[in-house]
Amino acid sequence: MTATENAMLEIKNLKAKVGDKEILSGIDLEVKAGEVHAIMGPNGSGKSTLAHVLAGREGYAVTQGSAAYSGKDLLAMPPEQRAREGVFLAFQYPVEIPGVTNKYFLKAAYNALRKHRGLPEAGAGEFLRLIKERAKLMEMDPELLNRPVNAGFSGGEKKRNEILQLAVLEPRLAILDETDSGLDIDALKVVAKGINALRSPERAFVVVTHYQRLLDYVIPDFVHVLSAGRIVRSGGKDLALELERQGYRLIDGEIKSREAAGAP
Amino acid sequence: MADQAETLGQLITGDYKYGFVSEIEADQLPPGLNEDIVRLISSKKKEPPFMLEWRLKAFRHWLTMREPSWQNVKYPPIDYQRIVYYSAPRPKKLLGSMEEVDPEVRRTFERLGIPLEEQKMLAGVAVDAVLDSVSVATTFKKKLSELGIIFCSFSEAVQEHPDLVRKYLGSVVPYSDNFFATLNSAVFSDGSFCYVPKGVRCPMELSTYFRINAASTGQFERTLIIAEEGASVSYLEGCSAPMRDESQLHAAVVELVALDDARIKYSTIQNWYPGDKEGRGGIYNFVTKRGKCLGANSKISWTQVETGSAITWKYPSCLLVGDNSVGEFYSVALTNNRQQADTGTKMIHIGANTRSTIVSKGISAGRGQNTYRGLVKIMKGAAGARNYSQCDSLLMGDLCGAHTFPTLEVNNTSSQVEHEATTSKIGEDQLFYCLQRGLSAEDAVGMIVNGFCKEVFKELPIEFAVEAHKLLSLNLEGTVG
Repeated sequence: MTATENAMLEIKNLKAKVGDKEILSGIDLEVKAGEVHAIMGPNGSGKSTLAHVLAGREGYAVTQGSAAYSGKDLLAMPPEQRAREGVFLAFQYPVEIPGVTNKYFLKAAYNALRKHRGLPEAGAGEFLRLIKERAKLMEMDPELLNRPVNAGFSGGEKKRNEILQLAVLEPRLAILDETDSGLDIDALKVVAKGINALRSPERAFVVVTHYQRLLDYVIPDFVHVLSAGRIVRSGGKDLALELERQGYRLIDGEIKSREAAGAP
Repeated sequence: MADQAETLGQLITGDYKYGFVSEIEADQLPPGLNEDIVRLISSKKKEPPFMLEWRLKAFRHWLTMREPSWQNVKYPPIDYQRIVYYSAPRPKKLLGSMEEVDPEVRRTFERLGIPLEEQKMLAGVAVDAVLDSVSVATTFKKKLSELGIIFCSFSEAVQEHPDLVRKYLGSVVPYSDNFFATLNSAVFSDGSFCYVPKGVRCPMELSTYFRINAASTGQFERTLIIAEEGASVSYLEGCSAPMRDESQLHAAVVELVALDDARIKYSTIQNWYPGDKEGRGGIYNFVTKRGKCLGANSKISWTQVETGSAITWKYPSCLLVGDNSVGEFYSVALTNNRQQADTGTKMIHIGANTRSTIVSKGISAGRGQNTYRGLVKIMKGAAGARNYSQCDSLLMGDLCGAHTFPTLEVNNTSSQVEHEATTSKIGEDQLFYCLQRGLSAEDAVGMIVNGFCKEVFKELPIEFAVEAHKLLSLNLEGTVG
């Protein structure tokens, strides 16, 4: 990859710590509109940390490097502004909010984004049509829209709900944090179908995953292997297959031992 | 969301929104309390002898009582001789209609956002407006009286319906009940009275806006609601008070009586001045509220949203006397800054197959202290009685506290009692999840807290629910970020 003017996300030598422990040890990554990048790696390699740092979660100290989003300093923005500018994180563990219906939550989020863009709030009927249509795409029981956010949802329902939010909020940069974990094959296919339906020349995806499985259905343009907080290999979709065959042993021993010493 | 953001903005700049004093000529007694004052109050109100006797019995009993100290709240000693026990807006002439109400009084209500005329038109709510201690306006009276419903000020009830007052006054909360109820019995100045005759369903929500006004005037309101056999009524009580340097004592008494098959629903939103961030000023809200399900199959339901006052200390309770009677208590209590709340309920099961439900939601922020205190008592004769209690606490930040003191006393073997309690903190996870979807921290907290309270809010009449929703968000302004 070479730096070009239309890079949507440009991460340079990004280092981040949790407490005293360095988790990201110099990440370089460039993502353009329309691309799907898969970030793979063993447990503790820093995949989820990267997703959280990009979304602005508290508890991580960025010690070095930069992340530019559409030319702006992403790391300088508070998390809600990143979201309003079009950065979406699909959570590995979607959070429950008792007493707040899915529909209400989605509408509040949707209108927060519209407000940021200087658009009027969506009318009730118009919004209802939108979410029903998107829920259909995700093969979701419309009744889930009236239930409290993620409360009492099955693992699969929670993940589908994340992609539903993605489909409604239509971000420019979608970061999926292990969206495939805990899904059976049918749910995985539905989620993948949802993601594929949302691929567009204006939208980029960063798909964080442990397994290659999701990538059978969501074909990435690029695959990066993360180990001990660094991207140690990058390639096309075949890299994922190679990893699948050989496992993370593919990554050389030196890196593995460093990871064992450095990362949780 | 836009509305919420806007009101939040107002609050940040405006501090307590309802903090203003309206200039109304007040007819005041000098501060202090003695038998002469009690006699003066009674004579100013032209009360029949039985009322004076009742007040004097209460006053004499009060002199033998000591202020209780078992509650989990702290406040400086109250000097009862510095309190003004009677203050009434001086009527310029008799009021025939709303238009004749003192324009200053009307402006006060308008600034509170409750223009009476509009309420008349829009909500179909009959408003018995209590400003300071005397009712200044009563609307919809005619329509109600066609149905035989009496809805008037307590003073008027004493004049016009002395037999009813005599029969039921003190029948639920006796004059000797407790220190503050006894004080109230001696000096209460006014309040609301409602009587719904046999078989009548009150066609509208009845509403009273209490408003504490003249400086250093303790408010001693008294409310009495009676639902005869098969009658039903829903009563709304909403409050806000002007800002004050000195702490103000508010010791009201509410009595509800439900006869066979009758239903009373009593909803409260309390948003009195809570004091400043250090807890200076603010209302002491020491209230005795109790309902008696006297008849079989009767039902009394309390719903309260307590967001104001420096100290809230109250236990809306039910005496379940009639067989198959039902008592309910739904409560949200929010304490922020230095606010303290010790609230809960007592459900006393006396009749057979009586049922009660308690849902209490306590929210603590800042240095707020929130206590749930409840008693479920099942008497020997209450065969087959059932209770369900749920007490949830939500903590925001590290300096606040939540305390739960449930007491269960079961004296027979055929009853069922269930108690559930949770304490949670507004998690960083929840907050981050909302922020990541583009919500502001204020909106996120408002949403999470309102979600937490939903089981209670759904018990409120719709207009009240909207108001409650706003109030919580406003009162939590500045607790995050």
